[in-house]
Amino acid sequence: MPILLYRIDDRLIHGQVVVGWGQPLNIRLLILADDLVASSDWEKELYRMAVPPDMEVIFADVATAMRDHARYASDPRPGLLLTGDIGSMYRLVKGVKAIGSVNLGGIHHRAGRAEKLRYIFLTPDEEQQLRELEAAGVEVTAQDVPSARAVGLPEILEGAAR
Amino acid sequence: MNDVKDGGPEKPRAIVIGHGEFAGGLVSAVGQICGMADKLVVLSMMGMTPEDIETTIRQHLERTGARVIFTDLPAGSATIAARRIVRDDPGIVLVSGINLATLLDFVFSTDQSPTDAARAAAERGKASLIVVGR
Repeated sequence: MPILLYRIDDRLIHGQVVVGWGQPLNIRLLILADDLVASSDWEKELYRMAVPPDMEVIFADVATAMRDHARYASDPRPGLLLTGDIGSMYRLVKGVKAIGSVNLGGIHHRAGRAEKLRYIFLTPDEEQQLRELEAAGVEVTAQDVPSARAVGLPEILEGAAR
Repeated sequence: MNDVKDGGPEKPRAIVIGHGEFAGGLVSAVGQICGMADKLVVLSMMGMTPEDIETTIRQHLERTGARVIFTDLPAGSATIAARRIVRDDPGIVLVSGINLATLLDFVFSTDQSPTDAARAAAERGKASLIVVGR
């Protein structure tokens, strides 16, 4: 079964991911592609304890996730691939060339970022990376939970849906 | 109104944080049932980065002297942040997955240290779940 959701969320593994999306999509395989977490046993254990027992979690740095993406995508279990920032997903999408859509789930306020949606704040560089993804044929939408409306990239960048 | 001991208001004994209005709702219910909501500090994590959540909890622990953190969901961002704090200070106790019975037991356990009261309250919260019907 293909990976059902490619999500960018700076909270990494948390309630919206494992429950909000995990339950309705019946996610059984969760891949967290994050360089920092992959390099720390303590961080991995921290997030592993947040995952329900019927869900396997794989921790990988972005380069490893690129290398192993075909294996993740051919796994029979419904999967969700998660990164904590746009840059990591951008690298992954460009490297893999088999990812058709990206979900923006939570990118919160930091210095240099402007509010686009209640849960999406972007720097100009991040906006540009998202534009490049969409120009390459990747559908980029923002949707924090399944019951919310998926907001397309032009509307996100316009900031009209705040 | 705050309880008064030794000539001053009693400090909050724990921080409660969770998704949406969870913490405020539970603490409001504690206040309605027994009038002891002032023993709990309500924090909201809506719209915050993981770093902001952790910083906010740390600031309130320092400001209030509380040594207990209650959270709603073991997989939640607040729980992740609290676990980072407990790693740095193992004297702090985190209880995740709380319900109203947990908080009620905690606020009434004034003869124990807050951390011991939290451990006992966790057991009371687990035991309070019942299923009725076939």
